[in-house]
Amino acid sequence: MKPEDFEFMRDLLKRKSGLVVNPDKVYLLESRLTPLARSHGLESLDQLIDKVRTSRDAKLVDEVTDAMTTNESFFFRDNTPFDILKKHVLPFLNKNRDSKKLRIWCAAASSGQEPYSIAMILKEQSHLWNGWDIEIHATDISNKIIDKAREARYSQFEVQRGLPIQMMMKYFRQESDGWFLNEDIKSMVKFEYMNLLEPFKNKGPFDIVFCRNVLIYFDQPTKTEVLGRVSNVISNDGSLFLGAAETVLGISDHFKPVKGQRGIYVPSAMDATAYGGV
Amino acid sequence: MRSCLVVDDSKVIRKVARRILDELSFDTNEAVDGQDALDQCKINMPDVVLLDWNMPVMSGIDFLRALRALSGVNQPKVVFCTTENDMAHIRTAMEAGADEYIMKPFDREIIESKFSQVGLI
Ligand SMILES: C[S@@+](CC[C@H](N)C(=O)[O-])C[C@H]1O[C@@H](n2cnc3c(N)ncnc32)[C@H](O)[C@@H]1O
Repeated sequence: MKPEDFEFMRDLLKRKSGLVVNPDKVYLLESRLTPLARSHGLESLDQLIDKVRTSRDAKLVDEVTDAMTTNESFFFRDNTPFDILKKHVLPFLNKNRDSKKLRIWCAAASSGQEPYSIAMILKEQSHLWNGWDIEIHATDISNKIIDKAREARYSQFEVQRGLPIQMMMKYFRQESDGWFLNEDIKSMVKFEYMNLLEPFKNKGPFDIVFCRNVLIYFDQPTKTEVLGRVSNVISNDGSLFLGAAETVLGISDHFKPVKGQRGIYVPSAMDATAYGGV
Repeated sequence: MRSCLVVDDSKVIRKVARRILDELSFDTNEAVDGQDALDQCKINMPDVVLLDWNMPVMSGIDFLRALRALSGVNQPKVVFCTTENDMAHIRTAMEAGADEYIMKPFDREIIESKFSQVGLI
């Protein structure tokens, strides 16, 4: 790839989706965008880049950013955050929301495993949530992955990563072309396109925000900026879940970790013992 | 170190499983069918059995029923690992006392995920 092409693509991706591509990741551009070039009837990645540059076609730019996203996800990823949710966060909110309204946002929901894991947990505790108005908003920048999430069809490989067999038996049905999540769980989650770099379309406050394994792709100022805006849509006693390799420390003063619990953060002014912190 | 008994009539599968289990720091033994596995369990009970379904001499499900009928032993965790991938088989296995169920083909991630599900990792 010519250096000026690399720079052009790097700047474009950074601006559009926040993705940071370092020079040692040229191969990622090549392996992910070459199939896209082919699907547009182009012979090479160079031609695709020329087309992006000259046409400024917004749809094509979306396809490029979409193709560059990493969508890996699995059910109950890392387990611990979901245990904390089950044991501390949900029981606390259940006691402290007289409105009987619960609002959850998954900010980079990918193929749906994360919001659907939350929905399954709520279903398992349905005795606590009778008569509650529960919303689970799930958003992502990739339209392709949102379509997959909405379909809620998973491969044999996907239903075996993180999902306990009892849950699979209870909430999935097998058809010849995959494992389908049952309608009662599926209908608990609403999916929508949303770019975290743009003004948030959904209005807070949310009681719980999952923003996991997406900030790792951004540079520091972008992380700070996104977390700042997340803090505006999270309730005063809400919680923020980040991925295992992510933190707010040194990035945002709006949140603090809950001591003794991994992956969960709360607004700085909140008493973290509510969520099992020490 | 935890111990795992890999029960499969395919040498290749046993080898693949052993390699993954080595990486996950399990002390691994192998059995070629249900009867062989049962004999080994009576002498030296493992912490977990990774169990194929269709095997000559004694099938995985017959082995599991015989294993769960043994009294006065430390019952191991049993994780099925089979090409049988329909709900009916899964249900039968769970009712017979399996703890988890892997549908082949498997890889390290799946073994790791399922073993952590039953508290072994
Ligand atoms: C690795 S997945 C994480 C999925 C899930 N949260 C998890 O932890 O398993 C990252 C997701 O972030 C999405 N993403 C990347 N940049 C984004 C942006 N600027 N706005 C919204 N979503 C973005 C990608 O499309 C991808 O689906």
